[in-house]
Amino acid sequence: MKQIVTLLCLAFFASVPIWLTDPYLLNALITTGIFIIGAMSLNLLLGFTGQLSLGHIAFFGIGAYVSALTSLGFDVPIYGDFHIVHVPWPPIAGFFLAIVISGFCGYLVGRLSFSVRGAYFVIVTISFAEVVRLVALNWVELTQGPLALTNIPSITIGLPGLGYLVLKTKFHNYYLVLAVAAISYFLISRLVHSHYGRAMRGLMENETLAVAVGIDVTKTLTLAAVISAGIAGAAGSLYAHYIRIIDPDVFAFISTVTMVIMVVSGGKGSLAGPVVGGVIFGLLPVFLRPIMPPEAQWITYGVVLIVILFVMPRGIVPSLAAKLGLARAGGTRRASVAVSERTAEEHA
Amino acid sequence: MAETVLSIEHVAVHFGGLVAISDMNFHVDKGEIVSLIGPNGAGKTTAFNVMTGFLTPTKGAVNYCGADLKGKKPHEIADLGLIRTFQRTSVFPNDTVYDNVLMGLHRQGKVGLAEAILGLPRARASEKAQRARAAELVRWIGLEARANDLAGSLSYGEQRLVGVALALAAQPKMLLLDEPVSGMNASETHTFVQLIRNIRDRGVTILLVEHDMPMVMSVSDRIVVLNYGRIIAEGPPDEIRKNPAVIEAYLGQSAKDVVKEVAVHA
Repeated sequence: MKQIVTLLCLAFFASVPIWLTDPYLLNALITTGIFIIGAMSLNLLLGFTGQLSLGHIAFFGIGAYVSALTSLGFDVPIYGDFHIVHVPWPPIAGFFLAIVISGFCGYLVGRLSFSVRGAYFVIVTISFAEVVRLVALNWVELTQGPLALTNIPSITIGLPGLGYLVLKTKFHNYYLVLAVAAISYFLISRLVHSHYGRAMRGLMENETLAVAVGIDVTKTLTLAAVISAGIAGAAGSLYAHYIRIIDPDVFAFISTVTMVIMVVSGGKGSLAGPVVGGVIFGLLPVFLRPIMPPEAQWITYGVVLIVILFVMPRGIVPSLAAKLGLARAGGTRRASVAVSERTAEEHA
Repeated sequence: MAETVLSIEHVAVHFGGLVAISDMNFHVDKGEIVSLIGPNGAGKTTAFNVMTGFLTPTKGAVNYCGADLKGKKPHEIADLGLIRTFQRTSVFPNDTVYDNVLMGLHRQGKVGLAEAILGLPRARASEKAQRARAAELVRWIGLEARANDLAGSLSYGEQRLVGVALALAAQPKMLLLDEPVSGMNASETHTFVQLIRNIRDRGVTILLVEHDMPMVMSVSDRIVVLNYGRIIAEGPPDEIRKNPAVIEAYLGQSAKDVVKEVAVHA
C-alpha cells in the first residue's frame, strides 16, 4: 500500500515537465527539489536520531564548492613558490567527490560532538558552518571569495562509445534532481528500516536502554551523520552545476532554517515528511510572489508555518497518517508477516 | 566447585565525599539466581551501574567470565553477554512491543551497511530470522496480544515483561534485573517468578535487585545483603531470614512485628 503511494508520487513528479512548460515554475521546482534532498538528509539526523544539526547547510555548501572546484580546476599558492594545481575534471567526478568530502566532514563533526551530544552538537554544527563560510569568503585564491565561482559547467553524463549528454536545460536538470532525490529517498528508507535504523531510533527514545542491549552510540550516530552529510553534499553539487555560480552566501544560516522548517512541518522521523514540507515551503514563496507585496509574503509564510504546527504538532505526514489509521497498519503487517513465517518454519 | 560467572572484588564507589559503596566483595556462579537486597540508598543500583560499565568504580575490579571489565563501555559489556534491565525506563516507549524486542536483537545478525541498504540476500535472511525470533520471544513472554501496541501504553507490570524480553533478545549469558517486579500485583509477581526460573533453566545466570521480600525469598538460591555501601550478610534465604544483622538493617531495631510478618510470608 505504502509502496504504491510512493510509486504513484514518483510517477506524478516524473510527469511534471511534460505538462508544465513554464520555465519559471520549472526552475522553482528544481531548486525546491534540491532543497528537499537537503531536507531529507537533515531528517535522517533530526528525525531518526534526534540530533539537530543547525549547520546542515555547511555540508551542502561544501558539496557545492568541492564539485565546482573539481570541475573548474584551480591553482592555489600554498607557501612561497609551492602551488597546488588541479586541472579540471568532468563535473560528474565533482559530484561524487562532493559526496565523499561532505561525508568525511560529517564524520569529523560527528566524532567531535557525539561524545557530548545534545546542545553541544547544535553548537558545534553552527560553528562549523560559520567557519566554513569564513574560509569560503577569505580564501580568495581558491574560492574567489565574494567574487563567486562562475561558469561552473553543467553535469555531463554518458558512457564512452555511447555518446554524452550535457544536462544543460531545465528539463534535463529536473530529471537529474528527481533521480538523485529518489535514490536518496530509497537509501534513507532502506537504512532506517534496517537494524542500523532501529539502533538510531532506540538511541533517540531511550539511550541508556539502547546502550544496555549493545548499541554503540558513537558508531551509530556517526554513521547517520556521514550519510546525512554525504546526501547534503550531493544536493550542494546539483545546486552548483544547475545555478552555475556560487558564492559564500550558499552557507547562509537561513538556508538551514528553511530545511529545518521543511522537516518539522512535514513531520520529522517520517520518510515522506521532508518531501511534503519541502513542496509546501519551497513553492509557497513562488505562489505568493505575484499576489502580494514582499513584506506580506513573509508574514503569510510565517502564519502558514504556525497554523500547520498548531493544527498538526507532529507534522503533516504523521498527523494525517494517524488520522487515516495508516501508522499502525505498518506495524501490524510486519508482525503478522513474522508470525506467518514462524508457522511456516514449524510446518517445515 | 561451580564456575564463577561474575565476581566483584573490593569494589568501592565514591561520589566526591559521598561513599556509595565502600568495599564490596561477592560472586555469582553459573546457573545461580542471586538477589542483592538492602534498604533504599544501600548502593544496589550503583552496584549494577558499576557491573555494566555505566559507572567506573573508584577502587576494585569487576570480573566477568574471567575478563576484567575495567574501562569497557556499556555496549561492549553487553556484547560480552552481560545484559541488564532498568528500574524505571525499561522500554522504548514510542515503539510497539514487537519493535522493542527487535531492537533488543541488535547484537544478533549484524550485517554490513551496503548489504542492508541494497537488501542483499544475506541481509534479507538475517532480517527475516530476527523478525521470527522477535515474534517467538513476544509469544514466550506472554505478550502476543499486545505485540502491536506501543510499549509506553502498557501497564507497569507489562512494561517490565517487555524489558525482560528485550534483555533476553540480546542473548544474555548473565542477566541483571533491577527491581523487576515493582509495579506488579501478586499474581503477576507469581508468574514472573516462574519466568525467572524458566530463564535460568535456559542456562542464564541471574542477579536481581528487589524490594519484594517474599518474592526474593522464594526465587533466590543465595542472597547478598547490602547496607550503607557494604555487604553485611550473604547466604541462602533461610539463613538470611534469621540473620539478626539483616533484620536490624532492613527493618530497624524496633520492628519485631514486621519480623514476624516476614516469617509468615516465608
